[in-house]
Amino acid sequence: MAQRRAPLEYNRTWQMRLWLFGVFFFLYAPLVALIAFSFNDSKRNIVWRGFTLEYYRKLFNDQVLMVAFANSLTIAFLATIISLAIGALAAILLWRYRFVGKTAVEGAFTLPLVVPEICMGVSMLLFFTRVIPWPNNIMWPFSLGSIVIAHVSFCFPFVALVVGARLASFNKEQEEAARDLGANDWQAFRDVLLPHIRPALIAGGLLAFTLSLDDFVITFFTSGPDTITFPVKVYSMLRFSVNPEVNAASTMLILLTVLLMVVMMVTQSRAQKK
Amino acid sequence: MDQALASGIKAAATEASAKPIISFRNISKRWGTTVGVDNVSLDILPGEFFALLGPSGCGKTTLLRMLAGLEVPTEGHIMIDGQDMAEIPPNRRAVNMVFQSYAVFPHMSVADNVAYGLKVDGVPQIDRDRRVQEALDLVQLGHLAKRMPDQLSGGQRQRVALARALVKKPKVLLLDEPLSALDAKLREAMRFELSQLQQKVGITFIMVTHDQTEALAIACRVAVMNKGSIAQLGTPSDLYEFPASRFVADFIGSVNMFEGKLIDDKPDEAIVACPELDPYPVQVPHGVPGKEDSSVWVAIRPEKMNLHKDADAPPALPECAAAHNVAKGEIKDISYLGDISIYHVLLANGRLIRISRPNRSRFDQDNFSAGEKVWVSWGGSSPVVLQS
Repeated sequence: MAQRRAPLEYNRTWQMRLWLFGVFFFLYAPLVALIAFSFNDSKRNIVWRGFTLEYYRKLFNDQVLMVAFANSLTIAFLATIISLAIGALAAILLWRYRFVGKTAVEGAFTLPLVVPEICMGVSMLLFFTRVIPWPNNIMWPFSLGSIVIAHVSFCFPFVALVVGARLASFNKEQEEAARDLGANDWQAFRDVLLPHIRPALIAGGLLAFTLSLDDFVITFFTSGPDTITFPVKVYSMLRFSVNPEVNAASTMLILLTVLLMVVMMVTQSRAQKK
Repeated sequence: MDQALASGIKAAATEASAKPIISFRNISKRWGTTVGVDNVSLDILPGEFFALLGPSGCGKTTLLRMLAGLEVPTEGHIMIDGQDMAEIPPNRRAVNMVFQSYAVFPHMSVADNVAYGLKVDGVPQIDRDRRVQEALDLVQLGHLAKRMPDQLSGGQRQRVALARALVKKPKVLLLDEPLSALDAKLREAMRFELSQLQQKVGITFIMVTHDQTEALAIACRVAVMNKGSIAQLGTPSDLYEFPASRFVADFIGSVNMFEGKLIDDKPDEAIVACPELDPYPVQVPHGVPGKEDSSVWVAIRPEKMNLHKDADAPPALPECAAAHNVAKGEIKDISYLGDISIYHVLLANGRLIRISRPNRSRFDQDNFSAGEKVWVSWGGSSPVVLQS
């Protein structure tokens, strides 16, 4: 007699196991291959020829790539900080106040989430060349300004969304209690509301950072001729040849994002334990 | 150690003389066309345990929140200790509140929660630690100072909220539905504890509640509110024994209400004829306000009615004229509650009333049984005759 399966024990049937294997295979096999071949001692990247760190050495000696990497990190950092401020304030505004046209404002905030990236990219390109031409020859990091602004425009709605969801679970009596106990508006915000939305700020910030770090389309359109970011550089490398240097660069990017995730999870779980 | 804080608060409280600590002067609160509070004037004396009682939506919580400064009155003035609160924000008022949800800060330990109000006031660390410990001892939480709120039970969280408010030595402590979130047993224990605490610290407590037993059990004075106004203000026994309106009679305790006509009103006697009690009229041994022939209501508490075994003639009552204050009926149902039993009696003309009898003896529960024909009677002083 067949053993009865509990409702959620999907992995007991071979069909389900096959399905799971398929999902994980197509999700992770490309990544594993990419990382593995970054250590391959071959220019062509097809057959395994032996282990080498040559391409990583090349990578770190590649001035252009390093500049692109620094640009990407700077842009992501600035875009994250600005998105956090704007996104959190937008979420609090929509949560706290009732005003005419609130639904319209809410819709406008989420618009960048649904507008196709290519449209955003083209409109940004036109905006920064025709409407407000962004100077390219100014001092770094101000030369990155147009890209940062473009990134903020599609990052902050994510922050607002995450913070807004968190705010929905806030007990307003807590803020009133703080006021009642002698706190002014700012102290009540700092001591009660801010600790409540802190996890959302961390999650939203990380989301914004990774979104900005690996954005290609919008950056491609908004970056001036002299500014290059990491994803744009990787793309241009691919156009010449798929060599292990691209693999190595991508591996570094994966490592960085995974590291960030780990840092976030550790800080989150520590905060919860406390 | 709790004695120190208790006496400290008490000293501050007794400095004020018998003039009201809180005065509401013609307070109204409206949102658009919705009226929350309608022209309420009310004085609360120092050291009182005062309760605002009423059904949900009667404006009692709004009144409390206006006192704390969390709502702004549309009209009128609120005075705390003689000072007009019109321009004073909640953080600069000498009142503190225990919220219905307790609103304990989840990311702070018990001690930090209690210390918060002192911290924002800039009380130095040493003073702060001492006062926090005193306040925690006062509510018997001294041993849990380092705990986080999610490690506490509901009752303990409430004590944190109490300590957090009391540590600021307010002139008045506001309690919004303080017992509604506790289970029945704990609620009863906490009722007693709250009034003990109030006597210990000696400051004015104002409690908002929808639970009439709670208000009657704890408060010195109760304001019964209905639709934004105060329906009646008085001591618990005043409200129960001398309700001013049908609303109060009905809201506080349970009552049998009969509509009738005032057919005779003399200084020392009044007669009311109620169709539901026909053919026997109701007699009270005092005059009542109201014109003869006007509509009135007779309210009689279930425990102030008697049951008699069936007989041909109505029972004679010593202080009443013959064939007054009686009714004939049939017991439909008996609810045995242990200390008392409630008899649901169907009167001859179809009205169902409640009569309660204490079970004084362990053996007389079988005196009356369901389906039995009975006479119901009440003394002349039992009914309250109401105009509205």
